[in-house]
Amino acid sequence: MTKLLQTLVDSIAVGSLYGLIALGYTMVYGILQFINFAHSDVFMVGAWLSFLVAVRIGGQTATVEPSVAKALLVLLTAMVCCGALGFTIERLAYRPLRQAPRLNVLITAIGVSLFIENLGQLKWLFGAMPQPMPRLLPDRPLFALAGVNVNLLDVIVVGTAAVLMLLLNWIVFGTKLGRGMRAVSYSPPTAALMGVPVSRIISFTFVIGSCAAAAAGFLYATKYITLQQPAHETWIRLGLKAFVAAVVGGIGNIRGAMLGGLLIGLIEFFGAAYLSPNLRDVYVFAVLILVLLFRPAGILGRATVEKV
Amino acid sequence: MALLEIRDLHVHYGAIHALQGIDLIIEAGQIVTLIGANGAGKSTTLRTISGLLRPSAGTLAYDGQSLIGQPPHEIVRRGVAHAPEGRGIFANFTVAENLAIGAYARRDKGGIARDLEWALTLFPRLRERLTQSAATLSGGEQQMLAIGRALLARPRLLLLDEPSLGLAPQVVQTIFQIIRAINAAGTTILLVEQNAHMALQTAHYGYVLEVGRIALHATAAELAASDRVRRAYLGVA
Repeated sequence: MTKLLQTLVDSIAVGSLYGLIALGYTMVYGILQFINFAHSDVFMVGAWLSFLVAVRIGGQTATVEPSVAKALLVLLTAMVCCGALGFTIERLAYRPLRQAPRLNVLITAIGVSLFIENLGQLKWLFGAMPQPMPRLLPDRPLFALAGVNVNLLDVIVVGTAAVLMLLLNWIVFGTKLGRGMRAVSYSPPTAALMGVPVSRIISFTFVIGSCAAAAAGFLYATKYITLQQPAHETWIRLGLKAFVAAVVGGIGNIRGAMLGGLLIGLIEFFGAAYLSPNLRDVYVFAVLILVLLFRPAGILGRATVEKV
Repeated sequence: MALLEIRDLHVHYGAIHALQGIDLIIEAGQIVTLIGANGAGKSTTLRTISGLLRPSAGTLAYDGQSLIGQPPHEIVRRGVAHAPEGRGIFANFTVAENLAIGAYARRDKGGIARDLEWALTLFPRLRERLTQSAATLSGGEQQMLAIGRALLARPRLLLLDEPSLGLAPQVVQTIFQIIRAINAAGTTILLVEQNAHMALQTAHYGYVLEVGRIALHATAAELAASDRVRRAYLGVA
Protein backbone atom coordinates (compact mmCIF):
# COMPACT_ATOMS: atom_id res chain seq x y z
CA MET A 1 0.00 0.00 0.00
CA THR A 2 2.78 2.37 0.95
CA LYS A 3 4.66 1.54 -2.21
CA LEU A 4 1.54 2.03 -4.30
CA LEU A 5 0.83 5.46 -2.88
CA GLN A 6 4.45 6.53 -3.09
CA THR A 7 4.57 5.52 -6.73
CA LEU A 8 1.33 7.37 -7.37
CA VAL A 9 2.72 10.58 -5.86
CA ASP A 10 5.93 10.35 -7.89
CA SER A 11 4.20 9.55 -11.13
CA ILE A 12 1.74 12.42 -10.82
CA ALA A 13 4.57 14.87 -10.10
CA VAL A 14 6.63 13.78 -13.10
CA GLY A 15 3.58 13.18 -15.27
CA SER A 16 2.43 16.77 -14.80
CA LEU A 17 5.86 17.91 -16.04
CA TYR A 18 5.52 15.70 -19.11
CA GLY A 19 2.12 17.25 -19.64
CA LEU A 20 3.50 20.79 -19.47
CA ILE A 21 6.16 20.00 -22.07
CA ALA A 22 3.72 18.05 -24.22
CA LEU A 23 1.55 21.16 -24.48
CA GLY A 24 4.22 22.93 -26.49
CA TYR A 25 4.61 20.01 -28.90
CA THR A 26 0.90 19.68 -29.36
CA MET A 27 0.12 23.37 -29.84
CA VAL A 28 2.78 23.82 -32.50
CA TYR A 29 1.65 20.64 -34.21
CA GLY A 30 -1.95 21.81 -34.06
CA ILE A 31 -1.08 24.99 -35.93
CA LEU A 32 1.79 24.07 -38.25
CA GLN A 33 1.43 20.27 -38.50
CA PHE A 34 5.04 19.60 -37.72
CA ILE A 35 6.92 18.27 -34.70
CA ASN A 36 9.10 20.94 -33.20
CA PHE A 37 11.99 18.74 -32.11
CA ALA A 38 13.76 21.76 -30.64
CA HIS A 39 11.01 22.00 -28.04
CA SER A 40 12.72 19.62 -25.62
CA ASP A 41 15.78 21.86 -25.80
CA VAL A 42 13.72 24.84 -24.75
CA PHE A 43 12.75 22.76 -21.71
CA MET A 44 16.44 22.04 -21.10
CA VAL A 45 17.30 25.73 -21.45
CA GLY A 46 14.52 26.46 -18.94
CA ALA A 47 16.13 24.15 -16.39
CA TRP A 48 19.61 25.54 -17.00
CA LEU A 49 18.51 29.15 -16.91
CA SER A 50 16.77 28.45 -13.61
CA PHE A 51 20.08 27.12 -12.33
CA LEU A 52 22.05 30.12 -13.60
CA VAL A 53 19.66 32.68 -12.16
CA ALA A 54 19.34 30.79 -8.87
CA VAL A 55 23.11 30.73 -8.40
CA ARG A 56 23.33 34.42 -9.33
CA ILE A 57 20.73 35.55 -6.80
CA GLY A 58 21.08 32.84 -4.17
CA GLY A 59 24.77 32.10 -4.01
CA GLN A 60 26.14 28.63 -3.56
CA THR A 61 24.05 25.61 -2.81
CA ALA A 62 24.97 25.34 0.85
CA THR A 63 24.17 28.89 1.79
CA VAL A 64 20.94 29.56 -0.06
CA GLU A 65 17.85 30.22 2.05
CA PRO A 66 14.67 28.74 0.62
CA SER A 67 12.47 31.62 -0.44
CA VAL A 68 9.27 31.69 -2.42
CA ALA A 69 10.02 35.17 -3.76
CA LYS A 70 13.37 34.05 -5.14
CA ALA A 71 11.83 30.92 -6.62
CA LEU A 72 9.17 33.00 -8.36
CA LEU A 73 11.81 35.38 -9.69
CA VAL A 74 13.79 32.44 -11.09
CA LEU A 75 10.68 30.88 -12.60
CA LEU A 76 9.60 34.13 -14.27
CA THR A 77 13.07 34.85 -15.64
CA ALA A 78 13.27 31.37 -17.12
CA MET A 79 9.80 31.72 -18.65
CA VAL A 80 10.49 35.13 -20.17
CA CYS A 81 13.87 34.10 -21.61
CA CYS A 82 12.53 30.83 -23.02
CA GLY A 83 9.53 32.66 -24.44
CA ALA A 84 11.97 34.92 -26.26
CA LEU A 85 13.97 31.87 -27.36
CA GLY A 86 10.86 30.17 -28.75
CA PHE A 87 9.92 33.37 -30.58
CA THR A 88 13.41 33.64 -32.06
CA ILE A 89 13.53 29.99 -33.15
CA GLU A 90 10.25 30.34 -35.02
CA ARG A 91 11.24 33.65 -36.54
CA LEU A 92 14.71 32.67 -37.73
CA ALA A 93 14.42 28.95 -38.41
CA TYR A 94 10.82 28.05 -39.23
CA ARG A 95 9.17 31.14 -40.70
CA PRO A 96 11.40 31.29 -43.78
CA LEU A 97 10.26 27.70 -44.46
CA ARG A 98 6.54 28.40 -44.13
CA GLN A 99 5.93 27.39 -47.76
CA ALA A 100 8.53 24.60 -47.85
CA PRO A 101 7.71 20.88 -47.58
CA ARG A 102 7.17 19.75 -44.00
CA LEU A 103 10.17 17.45 -44.09
CA ASN A 104 12.47 20.45 -44.54
CA VAL A 105 11.02 22.05 -41.44
CA LEU A 106 11.41 18.82 -39.49
CA ILE A 107 15.07 18.52 -40.42
CA THR A 108 15.58 22.17 -39.52
CA ALA A 109 14.02 21.49 -36.12
CA ILE A 110 16.52 18.70 -35.49
CA GLY A 111 19.29 21.09 -36.53
CA VAL A 112 18.07 23.77 -34.12
CA SER A 113 17.91 21.13 -31.39
CA LEU A 114 21.52 20.01 -31.94
CA PHE A 115 22.64 23.61 -32.14
CA ILE A 116 21.13 24.53 -28.77
CA GLU A 117 22.42 21.39 -27.04
CA ASN A 118 25.97 21.97 -28.18
CA LEU A 119 25.91 25.72 -27.73
CA GLY A 120 24.93 25.10 -24.12
CA GLN A 121 28.19 23.25 -23.52
CA LEU A 122 30.23 26.42 -23.96
CA LYS A 123 32.00 27.22 -20.72
CA TRP A 124 30.59 30.71 -20.45
CA LEU A 125 27.06 29.41 -20.97
CA PHE A 126 26.09 26.30 -19.05
CA GLY A 127 29.27 24.28 -19.35
CA ALA A 128 29.78 20.57 -19.83
CA MET A 129 29.71 19.47 -16.19
CA PRO A 130 26.76 18.38 -14.08
CA GLN A 131 25.76 21.07 -11.60
CA PRO A 132 23.73 21.02 -8.40
CA MET A 133 20.70 23.30 -8.37
CA PRO A 134 20.43 25.50 -5.27
CA ARG A 135 17.49 24.57 -3.05
CA LEU A 136 15.13 27.44 -3.67
CA LEU A 137 12.06 25.79 -2.24
CA PRO A 138 11.74 24.07 1.12
CA ASP A 139 11.65 20.31 0.69
CA ARG A 140 10.09 18.95 3.83
CA PRO A 141 7.41 16.36 4.37
CA LEU A 142 4.08 18.13 4.33
CA PHE A 143 1.94 15.34 5.70
CA ALA A 144 2.03 11.58 5.92
CA LEU A 145 -0.72 9.53 4.40
CA ALA A 146 -0.79 5.81 5.16
CA GLY A 147 2.94 5.89 5.77
CA VAL A 148 3.71 7.89 2.64
CA ASN A 149 5.41 11.21 2.99
CA VAL A 150 3.95 13.79 0.69
CA ASN A 151 6.64 16.41 0.25
CA LEU A 152 5.92 20.08 0.01
CA LEU A 153 8.01 20.15 -3.16
CA ASP A 154 5.83 17.57 -4.89
CA VAL A 155 2.76 19.57 -4.02
CA ILE A 156 4.40 22.71 -5.42
CA VAL A 157 5.42 20.93 -8.63
CA VAL A 158 1.98 19.46 -9.24
CA GLY A 159 0.24 22.66 -8.14
CA THR A 160 2.30 24.94 -10.40
CA ALA A 161 1.88 22.60 -13.34
CA ALA A 162 -1.88 22.39 -12.75
CA VAL A 163 -2.23 26.17 -12.50
CA LEU A 164 -0.29 26.67 -15.74
CA MET A 165 -2.32 24.04 -17.56
CA LEU A 166 -5.58 25.63 -16.43
CA LEU A 167 -4.24 29.00 -17.55
CA LEU A 168 -3.33 27.65 -20.97
CA ASN A 169 -6.66 25.90 -21.27
CA TRP A 170 -8.35 29.20 -20.51
CA ILE A 171 -6.23 31.09 -23.05
CA VAL A 172 -7.05 28.60 -25.80
CA PHE A 173 -10.72 28.04 -25.08
CA GLY A 174 -11.76 31.21 -23.27
CA THR A 175 -10.11 34.16 -24.99
CA LYS A 176 -10.29 35.85 -28.35
CA LEU A 177 -6.61 35.09 -28.90
CA GLY A 178 -7.33 31.41 -28.26
CA ARG A 179 -10.17 31.50 -30.76
CA GLY A 180 -7.66 32.90 -33.26
CA MET A 181 -5.28 30.04 -32.46
CA ARG A 182 -7.97 27.43 -32.96
CA ALA A 183 -9.01 29.08 -36.21
CA VAL A 184 -5.43 29.04 -37.51
CA SER A 185 -5.06 25.40 -36.48
CA TYR A 186 -8.18 24.55 -38.49
CA SER A 187 -7.17 26.46 -41.62
CA PRO A 188 -4.60 29.29 -41.80
CA PRO A 189 -5.92 30.87 -45.04
CA THR A 190 -9.53 30.90 -43.83
CA ALA A 191 -8.42 32.33 -40.49
CA ALA A 192 -6.56 35.06 -42.38
CA LEU A 193 -9.75 35.91 -44.29
CA MET A 194 -11.49 36.42 -40.94
CA GLY A 195 -8.96 39.07 -39.99
CA VAL A 196 -6.82 36.81 -37.80
CA PRO A 197 -3.13 37.86 -38.02
CA VAL A 198 -1.76 34.38 -38.73
CA SER A 199 1.95 35.09 -38.29
CA ARG A 200 1.39 36.81 -34.98
CA ILE A 201 -0.72 33.88 -33.77
CA ILE A 202 2.04 31.45 -34.73
CA SER A 203 4.64 33.52 -32.86
CA PHE A 204 2.38 33.66 -29.86
CA THR A 205 1.91 29.89 -29.91
CA PHE A 206 5.66 29.35 -29.83
CA VAL A 207 6.02 31.86 -27.00
CA ILE A 208 3.45 30.30 -24.70
CA GLY A 209 4.56 26.74 -25.51
CA SER A 210 8.13 27.76 -24.65
CA CYS A 211 7.00 29.46 -21.43
CA ALA A 212 5.29 26.23 -20.36
CA ALA A 213 8.43 24.25 -21.20
CA ALA A 214 10.53 26.72 -19.18
CA ALA A 215 8.23 26.29 -16.21
CA ALA A 216 8.59 22.53 -16.54
CA GLY A 217 12.37 22.99 -16.69
CA PHE A 218 12.32 25.05 -13.52
CA LEU A 219 10.16 22.52 -11.69
CA TYR A 220 12.32 19.66 -12.89
CA ALA A 221 15.48 21.40 -11.72
CA THR A 222 13.96 22.09 -8.31
CA LYS A 223 12.82 18.49 -7.92
CA TYR A 224 15.90 16.74 -9.30
CA ILE A 225 18.68 19.03 -8.24
CA THR A 226 21.54 17.34 -10.09
CA LEU A 227 21.46 18.93 -13.52
CA GLN A 228 23.22 17.09 -16.31
CA GLN A 229 25.15 18.92 -18.99
CA PRO A 230 23.09 20.28 -21.91
CA ALA A 231 23.96 17.57 -24.43
CA HIS A 232 23.26 14.77 -21.95
CA GLU A 233 20.83 12.10 -23.07
CA THR A 234 18.66 12.75 -19.98
CA TRP A 235 17.20 15.80 -21.69
CA ILE A 236 16.54 14.05 -24.93
CA ARG A 237 14.82 11.20 -23.14
CA LEU A 238 12.64 13.54 -21.11
CA GLY A 239 11.73 15.50 -24.21
CA LEU A 240 10.94 12.32 -26.10
CA LYS A 241 8.69 11.07 -23.31
CA ALA A 242 6.83 14.36 -23.34
CA PHE A 243 6.48 13.95 -27.10
CA VAL A 244 5.10 10.45 -26.56
CA ALA A 245 2.66 11.99 -24.06
CA ALA A 246 1.47 14.42 -26.74
CA VAL A 247 0.99 11.61 -29.27
CA VAL A 248 -0.71 9.28 -26.80
CA GLY A 249 -3.11 12.03 -25.73
CA GLY A 250 -3.81 12.94 -29.35
CA ILE A 251 -1.39 15.29 -31.03
CA GLY A 252 -2.91 18.71 -31.63
CA ASN A 253 -5.26 18.25 -28.69
CA ILE A 254 -4.46 20.39 -25.65
CA ARG A 255 -6.41 18.43 -23.09
CA GLY A 256 -4.99 15.27 -24.62
CA ALA A 257 -1.46 16.50 -23.91
CA MET A 258 -2.23 16.98 -20.23
CA LEU A 259 -3.91 13.59 -19.98
CA GLY A 260 -1.11 11.93 -21.96
CA GLY A 261 1.50 13.46 -19.64
CA LEU A 262 -0.13 12.00 -16.54
CA LEU A 263 -0.66 8.65 -18.23
CA ILE A 264 2.97 8.38 -19.31
CA GLY A 265 4.08 9.32 -15.79
CA LEU A 266 1.88 6.59 -14.31
CA ILE A 267 3.00 3.95 -16.78
CA GLU A 268 6.67 4.76 -16.34
CA PHE A 269 6.67 4.82 -12.53
CA PHE A 270 4.35 1.88 -11.98
CA GLY A 271 6.29 -0.15 -14.50
CA ALA A 272 9.53 0.76 -12.76
CA ALA A 273 8.14 0.02 -9.30
CA TYR A 274 6.30 -3.22 -10.00
CA LEU A 275 7.98 -4.77 -13.03
CA SER A 276 11.57 -3.76 -13.48
CA PRO A 277 13.19 -0.37 -12.96
CA ASN A 278 15.63 -1.05 -15.78
CA LEU A 279 12.92 -1.07 -18.40
CA ARG A 280 11.17 2.20 -17.51
CA ASP A 281 11.81 3.72 -20.93
CA VAL A 282 10.63 0.55 -22.61
CA TYR A 283 7.16 0.86 -21.07
CA VAL A 284 6.77 4.37 -22.33
CA PHE A 285 7.78 3.61 -25.88
CA ALA A 286 5.82 0.35 -25.89
CA VAL A 287 2.75 2.44 -25.12
CA LEU A 288 3.66 4.70 -28.03
CA ILE A 289 3.84 1.71 -30.37
CA LEU A 290 0.54 0.32 -29.10
CA VAL A 291 -1.21 3.66 -29.49
CA LEU A 292 0.19 4.13 -32.98
CA LEU A 293 -0.96 0.62 -33.92
CA PHE A 294 -4.44 0.66 -32.47
CA ARG A 295 -5.45 4.28 -32.04
CA PRO A 296 -3.11 6.41 -34.13
CA ALA A 297 -5.08 9.59 -33.50
CA GLY A 298 -4.43 9.25 -29.75
CA ILE A 299 -6.83 8.96 -26.86
CA LEU A 300 -8.61 12.28 -27.29
CA GLY A 301 -7.66 12.86 -30.91
CA ARG A 302 -10.20 12.33 -33.60
CA ALA A 303 -9.22 10.68 -36.84
CA THR A 304 -9.12 13.36 -39.50
CA VAL A 305 -11.83 13.06 -42.06
CA GLU A 306 -11.09 14.57 -45.44
CA LYS A 307 -13.10 17.74 -45.70
CA VAL A 308 -15.30 18.04 -48.76
CA MET B 1 -13.99 57.18 -57.57
CA ALA B 2 -14.64 53.48 -57.79
CA LEU B 3 -14.56 51.46 -54.58
CA LEU B 4 -12.30 48.85 -56.17
CA GLU B 5 -10.18 49.40 -59.24
CA ILE B 6 -8.12 46.59 -60.73
CA ARG B 7 -5.80 47.37 -63.64
CA ASP B 8 -3.83 44.89 -65.75
CA LEU B 9 -3.63 42.33 -62.94
CA HIS B 10 -1.44 39.27 -63.49
CA VAL B 11 -1.24 36.29 -61.13
CA HIS B 12 0.98 33.24 -61.50
CA TYR B 13 0.81 29.87 -59.73
CA GLY B 14 4.35 28.74 -60.38
CA ALA B 15 4.50 28.39 -64.15
CA ILE B 16 0.75 28.76 -64.64
CA HIS B 17 -0.37 32.20 -65.72
CA ALA B 18 -3.76 32.22 -63.99
CA LEU B 19 -4.76 35.86 -64.48
CA GLN B 20 -3.43 37.45 -67.65
CA GLY B 21 -4.00 41.14 -67.19
CA ILE B 22 -7.54 41.73 -66.04
CA ASP B 23 -9.25 45.08 -65.53
CA LEU B 24 -12.22 45.26 -63.19
CA ILE B 25 -14.01 48.25 -61.67
CA ILE B 26 -16.52 48.11 -58.86
CA GLU B 27 -18.59 51.19 -58.16
CA ALA B 28 -19.68 51.70 -54.56
CA GLY B 29 -23.19 50.49 -53.84
CA GLN B 30 -23.39 47.97 -56.68
CA ILE B 31 -23.53 44.23 -56.98
CA VAL B 32 -20.93 43.25 -59.56
CA THR B 33 -20.77 39.67 -60.72
CA LEU B 34 -17.86 37.77 -62.16
CA ILE B 35 -19.01 34.75 -64.14
CA GLY B 36 -17.07 32.15 -66.04
CA ALA B 37 -16.32 28.46 -66.34
CA ASN B 38 -14.36 26.32 -63.90
CA GLY B 39 -10.72 27.34 -63.86
CA ALA B 40 -11.28 30.69 -65.55
CA GLY B 41 -9.67 32.47 -62.60
CA LYS B 42 -12.70 33.70 -60.66
CA SER B 43 -11.59 32.48 -57.25
CA THR B 44 -8.03 33.53 -58.04
CA THR B 45 -9.31 37.08 -58.54
CA LEU B 46 -11.04 37.07 -55.15
CA ARG B 47 -8.06 35.51 -53.39
CA THR B 48 -5.80 38.17 -54.87
CA ILE B 49 -8.07 40.98 -53.68
CA SER B 50 -8.06 39.44 -50.18
CA GLY B 51 -4.29 39.25 -50.09
CA LEU B 52 -4.03 35.45 -50.05
CA LEU B 53 -2.27 35.59 -53.42
CA ARG B 54 0.28 38.12 -54.53
CA PRO B 55 -0.06 39.45 -58.07
CA SER B 56 3.00 39.37 -60.29
CA ALA B 57 2.03 42.63 -61.99
CA GLY B 58 -0.74 45.20 -62.08
CA THR B 59 -2.52 47.44 -59.62
CA LEU B 60 -5.31 46.81 -57.18
CA ALA B 61 -6.72 49.87 -55.46
CA TYR B 62 -9.43 49.84 -52.82
CA ASP B 63 -10.87 53.18 -51.82
CA GLY B 64 -7.96 54.86 -53.59
CA GLN B 65 -5.24 52.89 -51.77
CA SER B 66 -3.23 49.95 -53.05
CA LEU B 67 -3.90 46.61 -51.39
CA ILE B 68 -0.90 44.87 -52.91
CA GLY B 69 1.51 43.53 -50.32
CA GLN B 70 -0.96 44.04 -47.46
CA PRO B 71 -1.54 40.95 -45.29
CA PRO B 72 -5.07 39.50 -45.44
CA HIS B 73 -5.97 40.53 -41.89
CA GLU B 74 -5.12 44.15 -42.72
CA ILE B 75 -7.33 44.02 -45.82
CA VAL B 76 -10.21 42.69 -43.69
CA ARG B 77 -9.63 45.54 -41.24
CA ARG B 78 -9.97 48.03 -44.10
CA GLY B 79 -13.40 46.68 -44.93
CA VAL B 80 -13.07 43.86 -47.44
CA ALA B 81 -14.67 40.61 -46.24
CA HIS B 82 -14.48 37.36 -48.17
CA ALA B 83 -16.84 34.39 -47.85
CA PRO B 84 -14.59 31.81 -49.50
CA GLU B 85 -15.36 29.02 -51.93
CA GLY B 86 -16.49 25.91 -50.09
CA ARG B 87 -17.70 28.22 -47.30
CA GLY B 88 -14.66 27.80 -45.03
CA ILE B 89 -16.74 27.05 -41.97
CA PHE B 90 -14.73 26.19 -38.86
CA ALA B 91 -16.19 22.79 -38.09
CA ASN B 92 -14.43 22.74 -34.72
CA PHE B 93 -16.37 25.84 -33.65
CA THR B 94 -19.97 26.42 -32.66
CA VAL B 95 -22.13 28.60 -34.88
CA ALA B 96 -21.74 31.48 -32.41
CA GLU B 97 -17.94 31.14 -32.42
CA ASN B 98 -17.90 31.11 -36.22
CA LEU B 99 -19.85 34.36 -36.25
CA ALA B 100 -17.64 35.88 -33.55
CA ILE B 101 -14.44 35.17 -35.43
CA GLY B 102 -15.76 37.20 -38.36
CA ALA B 103 -15.33 40.25 -36.12
CA TYR B 104 -11.77 39.32 -35.08
CA ALA B 105 -10.23 42.50 -36.48
CA ARG B 106 -12.73 44.77 -34.70
CA ARG B 107 -12.76 46.22 -31.20
CA ASP B 108 -16.05 48.15 -31.11
CA LYS B 109 -18.17 45.88 -28.91
CA GLY B 110 -21.37 47.80 -29.48
CA GLY B 111 -20.97 47.74 -33.25
CA ILE B 112 -20.20 44.02 -33.23
CA ALA B 113 -23.33 43.31 -31.18
CA ARG B 114 -25.44 45.34 -33.65
CA ASP B 115 -23.97 43.54 -36.66
CA LEU B 116 -24.50 40.16 -35.00
CA GLU B 117 -28.12 41.08 -34.44
CA TRP B 118 -28.44 42.09 -38.08
CA ALA B 119 -26.85 38.87 -39.35
CA LEU B 120 -29.22 36.84 -37.16
CA THR B 121 -32.18 38.84 -38.45
CA LEU B 122 -31.14 38.08 -42.03
CA PHE B 123 -30.55 34.40 -41.20
CA PRO B 124 -33.02 33.40 -38.47
CA ARG B 125 -31.98 29.76 -38.89
CA LEU B 126 -28.59 30.63 -37.43
CA ARG B 127 -30.16 32.08 -34.30
CA GLU B 128 -31.81 28.75 -33.56
CA ARG B 129 -28.47 26.98 -33.89
CA LEU B 130 -26.07 29.35 -32.17
CA THR B 131 -24.79 26.85 -29.62
CA GLN B 132 -24.63 23.94 -32.06
CA SER B 133 -21.41 22.73 -33.60
CA ALA B 134 -21.07 24.24 -37.08
CA ALA B 135 -20.29 20.76 -38.42
CA THR B 136 -23.93 19.76 -37.85
CA LEU B 137 -25.32 22.43 -40.21
CA SER B 138 -26.78 21.61 -43.60
CA GLY B 139 -25.10 22.97 -46.73
CA GLY B 140 -27.53 25.87 -46.99
CA GLU B 141 -27.11 26.76 -43.34
CA GLN B 142 -23.34 26.65 -43.72
CA GLN B 143 -23.56 29.08 -46.62
CA MET B 144 -25.75 31.36 -44.49
CA LEU B 145 -23.16 31.11 -41.74
CA ALA B 146 -20.34 31.96 -44.16
CA ILE B 147 -22.15 35.09 -45.35
CA GLY B 148 -23.30 36.05 -41.85
CA ARG B 149 -19.76 35.65 -40.56
CA ALA B 150 -18.41 37.89 -43.33
CA LEU B 151 -20.97 40.55 -42.33
CA LEU B 152 -19.53 40.55 -38.80
CA ALA B 153 -16.41 42.18 -40.29
CA ARG B 154 -18.69 45.13 -41.26
CA PRO B 155 -17.44 45.10 -44.84
CA ARG B 156 -17.81 47.93 -47.30
CA LEU B 157 -16.94 45.40 -49.98
CA LEU B 158 -18.20 41.84 -49.62
CA LEU B 159 -16.63 39.13 -51.77
CA LEU B 160 -18.85 36.08 -52.26
CA ASP B 161 -17.38 32.98 -53.89
CA GLU B 162 -20.00 30.65 -55.37
CA PRO B 163 -22.70 31.07 -52.73
CA SER B 164 -25.04 28.80 -54.72
CA LEU B 165 -22.62 25.88 -54.95
CA GLY B 166 -24.23 22.55 -54.11
CA LEU B 167 -27.48 24.04 -52.82
CA ALA B 168 -31.08 23.17 -53.65
CA PRO B 169 -32.80 25.68 -55.97
CA GLN B 170 -35.11 26.90 -53.22
CA VAL B 171 -32.19 27.59 -50.89
CA VAL B 172 -30.39 29.39 -53.72
CA GLN B 173 -33.41 31.69 -54.08
CA THR B 174 -33.32 32.50 -50.37
CA ILE B 175 -29.58 33.17 -50.41
CA PHE B 176 -29.85 35.50 -53.40
CA GLN B 177 -32.72 37.41 -51.80
CA ILE B 178 -30.51 38.00 -48.79
CA ILE B 179 -27.61 39.07 -51.02
CA ARG B 180 -29.91 41.74 -52.46
CA ALA B 181 -30.96 42.79 -48.95
CA ILE B 182 -27.33 43.13 -47.86
CA ASN B 183 -26.63 45.28 -50.90
CA ALA B 184 -29.74 47.38 -50.29
CA ALA B 185 -28.40 48.10 -46.81
CA GLY B 186 -25.34 49.71 -48.40
CA THR B 187 -22.72 47.00 -48.84
CA THR B 188 -21.00 46.72 -52.21
CA ILE B 189 -20.75 43.12 -53.40
CA LEU B 190 -18.48 41.24 -55.78
CA LEU B 191 -20.27 38.00 -56.57
CA VAL B 192 -18.43 35.12 -58.20
CA GLU B 193 -20.82 32.57 -59.65
CA GLN B 194 -21.09 29.62 -61.98
CA ASN B 195 -24.85 29.99 -61.83
CA ALA B 196 -24.81 32.81 -64.40
CA HIS B 197 -28.58 32.91 -64.56
CA MET B 198 -29.03 33.83 -60.89
CA ALA B 199 -25.96 36.04 -60.87
CA LEU B 200 -27.10 38.18 -63.82
CA GLN B 201 -30.59 38.48 -62.34
CA THR B 202 -29.13 39.81 -59.12
CA ALA B 203 -26.20 41.98 -60.19
CA HIS B 204 -26.05 45.48 -61.62
CA TYR B 205 -22.94 44.90 -63.66
CA GLY B 206 -21.14 41.81 -64.88
CA TYR B 207 -17.77 40.60 -66.07
CA VAL B 208 -17.18 37.39 -68.02
CA LEU B 209 -13.86 35.74 -67.31
CA GLU B 210 -12.43 33.25 -69.81
CA VAL B 211 -9.11 31.52 -69.10
CA GLY B 212 -7.53 34.38 -67.21
CA ARG B 213 -8.86 37.26 -69.32
CA ILE B 214 -11.97 39.42 -69.20
CA ALA B 215 -13.87 38.46 -72.35
CA LEU B 216 -16.83 40.78 -71.91
CA HIS B 217 -18.24 43.27 -69.50
CA ALA B 218 -21.49 45.19 -69.52
CA THR B 219 -24.54 45.80 -67.38
CA ALA B 220 -26.08 42.58 -66.14
CA ALA B 221 -29.14 43.11 -68.32
CA GLU B 222 -27.00 43.56 -71.45
CA LEU B 223 -24.96 40.46 -70.66
CA ALA B 224 -28.09 38.40 -70.07
CA ALA B 225 -29.33 39.50 -73.49
CA SER B 226 -26.08 38.93 -75.37
CA ASP B 227 -25.91 35.90 -77.67
CA ARG B 228 -22.44 34.94 -76.56
CA VAL B 229 -23.38 34.81 -72.88
CA ARG B 230 -26.69 33.10 -73.59
CA ARG B 231 -24.97 30.35 -75.54
CA ALA B 232 -21.98 29.79 -73.29
CA TYR B 233 -23.36 30.44 -69.82
CA LEU B 234 -27.12 30.41 -69.82
CA GLY B 235 -27.56 27.21 -71.78
CA VAL B 236 -29.73 28.80 -74.46
CA ALA B 237 -29.13 27.51 -77.96
